Amino acid sequence: MQHDDVIWDIIGNKQFCSYKVKTKSQNFCRNEYNITGLCNRSSCPLANSQYATIREEKGQCFLYMKVIERAAFPAKMWEKVKLSKNYEKALEQIDENLIYWPRFIRHKCKQRFTKITQYLIRMRKLVLKRQRKLVPLSRKVERREKRKEEKALIAAQLDNAIEKELLERLKQGTYGDIYNFPVHAFDRALEQQDEESEEEEEEEEEEEDDEDVGKTEFVAEDEVEESDLSDFEEMNKLRTSSDEEEQESSEEEEEEEEEEEMEVETKASRSKGKSPANGSAARKKRAYVEIEYEQETEPTPKSRATS
Amino acid sequence: MDITEVPVSQDNKGKKKKNKTPKKKRVSEEGNGAGGGVEKKEEKMEQSEQAAAAFPPTFSVSEIKNKQRRHLMFMKFKQEKRKQKMQLKKKKKKEREALGDKAPPKEVPKTIENQRVYDETTVNPEDEEVAFDEGTDEFSSYFNGLTNPKVLITTSDRPRGRTVRFCEQLATVIPNAHVYYRRGLALKRVVPQCIARNFTYVVVINEDRKVPNGLVLCHLPDGPTAHFKVSSVRLRKEMKRRGKEPTEHSPEVILNNFSTRLGHSIGRLFAALFPQDPQFVGRQVATFHNQRDFVFFRFHRYIFKNEKKVGIQELGPRFTLKLRSLQKGTFDSKFGEYEWVLKRHENDACRRKFQL
Repeated sequence: MQHDDVIWDIIGNKQFCSYKVKTKSQNFCRNEYNITGLCNRSSCPLANSQYATIREEKGQCFLYMKVIERAAFPAKMWEKVKLSKNYEKALEQIDENLIYWPRFIRHKCKQRFTKITQYLIRMRKLVLKRQRKLVPLSRKVERREKRKEEKALIAAQLDNAIEKELLERLKQGTYGDIYNFPVHAFDRALEQQDEESEEEEEEEEEEEDDEDVGKTEFVAEDEVEESDLSDFEEMNKLRTSSDEEEQESSEEEEEEEEEEEMEVETKASRSKGKSPANGSAARKKRAYVEIEYEQETEPTPKSRATS
Repeated sequence: MDITEVPVSQDNKGKKKKNKTPKKKRVSEEGNGAGGGVEKKEEKMEQSEQAAAAFPPTFSVSEIKNKQRRHLMFMKFKQEKRKQKMQLKKKKKKEREALGDKAPPKEVPKTIENQRVYDETTVNPEDEEVAFDEGTDEFSSYFNGLTNPKVLITTSDRPRGRTVRFCEQLATVIPNAHVYYRRGLALKRVVPQCIARNFTYVVVINEDRKVPNGLVLCHLPDGPTAHFKVSSVRLRKEMKRRGKEPTEHSPEVILNNFSTRLGHSIGRLFAALFPQDPQFVGRQVATFHNQRDFVFFRFHRYIFKNEKKVGIQELGPRFTLKLRSLQKGTFDSKFGEYEWVLKRHENDACRRKFQL
């Protein structure tokens, strides 16, 4: 026979109930059929032979009812009624099924049903919004990357690279007339750089030779181009018109100029360093130095081989 | 009698003093073959040297079971090696000096940059195809001077203090940049609005745990979208020896080491952030330096002391970027066409291979 009071006496207070979760202030009931979730005399599905709950499965709400007549058949104990998706109709259904049932159970069922519909609505809304995707980080990978970054930073020698680049731009003349460093000092600075000195002198002599040979075709270009490195201002004017921060566009223009230059002064200078890596068009005298200083030109010999 | 006395006294000493001195004596005993009984500490050094001479035996250090002794032996072994190396070096130096001019050239040390696996997509400066591509790609209008950059900087939802400050500082570094709060808007809806208002760039800084960790750079009128991982962000106040605030002048741009085809496109992506004509009066320079696939961003103010020396002073935030993916078209993570995606396993196999 079903003695609810006895059952409650045992599991409610004195002995153990496996569904009970005790906290400091309250007791909760983990039973799936519990209507309020608290461990009370009136909410315990085990200690009440006439009981009803609302449960939802995949967005569909069902009303479960248990009556004392079926207490002997555990497999058929719960009667499941599918509730309509319309909120008001579902409430009416609950009322209709739980007519003559205790007020408490009817009230709590409707409350639970309302709560469930509310959270279902919220779920549906959230799916439409932007969802945050959590990407797991692998700790090992992160550690490795950090170390690689540190090593790369050390290898980069940023300050030196920046300073070098700025000095090269200054020598190139991108800054125009802003900086009034004396021209002779420039020449001296050029000559003082290690391997440039001999080559420059050679090239200057060769330039003079070329002019002596008298390629009259290029006289017109001579006006545009200077063969004398010392004449910086004209070079600057030329360069400032073409040289921009965006090396690609400037390179295209300077390519033409430099092709002319190349015709005027034969030999060594090949237009290298068109990549943004070098930061500017090739300087006629400094082709060799680029190989030395700039790491990024190292692949170019290979590329020439392939091309 | 001596032999029996020695271990007893040694043990006593070992128990009393927990430092290495008694154990060194034991080690030297091994080396010498019990050449000394109870040795004084002054003699220890000589003993250890003798032991070192007798040291290179056939046993390996790892066979000694006692950890401290093994450690000692290993240290000795290392010292030996170091000594030999120094001797070798000295010899070589002497030879070199002796030869004078005829000496063979110094060997260049191998670096990762030296040993880098040659990438076939390295851009040859004279490559016409590349030049043609660049003339007709999404940046051509910028590089031809037609459009001026206008940058929108925003974050992911609910940015925290650090990210907000980072955005603000970025906005001072990039001229003509505007910071807007995200407020839960979807990027796909933001992008058409920006296009309507003539923005050329959208920069989204992603945040995780109060720290910026990702950057999405989207070039606007159907330009490529690049997704980077951001690390080592230093805000302006954390910089040592920094200068004053950056002024409104447009900075120059330095792009270093973008050698492959992919690197080239990324370089252009960065370059197009800044206006085409830098104001040299401002003496500010923004640098994007690529080293082993990490792009380091720095912002400096420079001054030419003379024609050979330039001084730079770091203003501005600094951060490191690592490219994670490059996608054609504006931001569309699901249906976009990806030109390049970082796959870790590709790079893990060969440490000398880099993409940018």
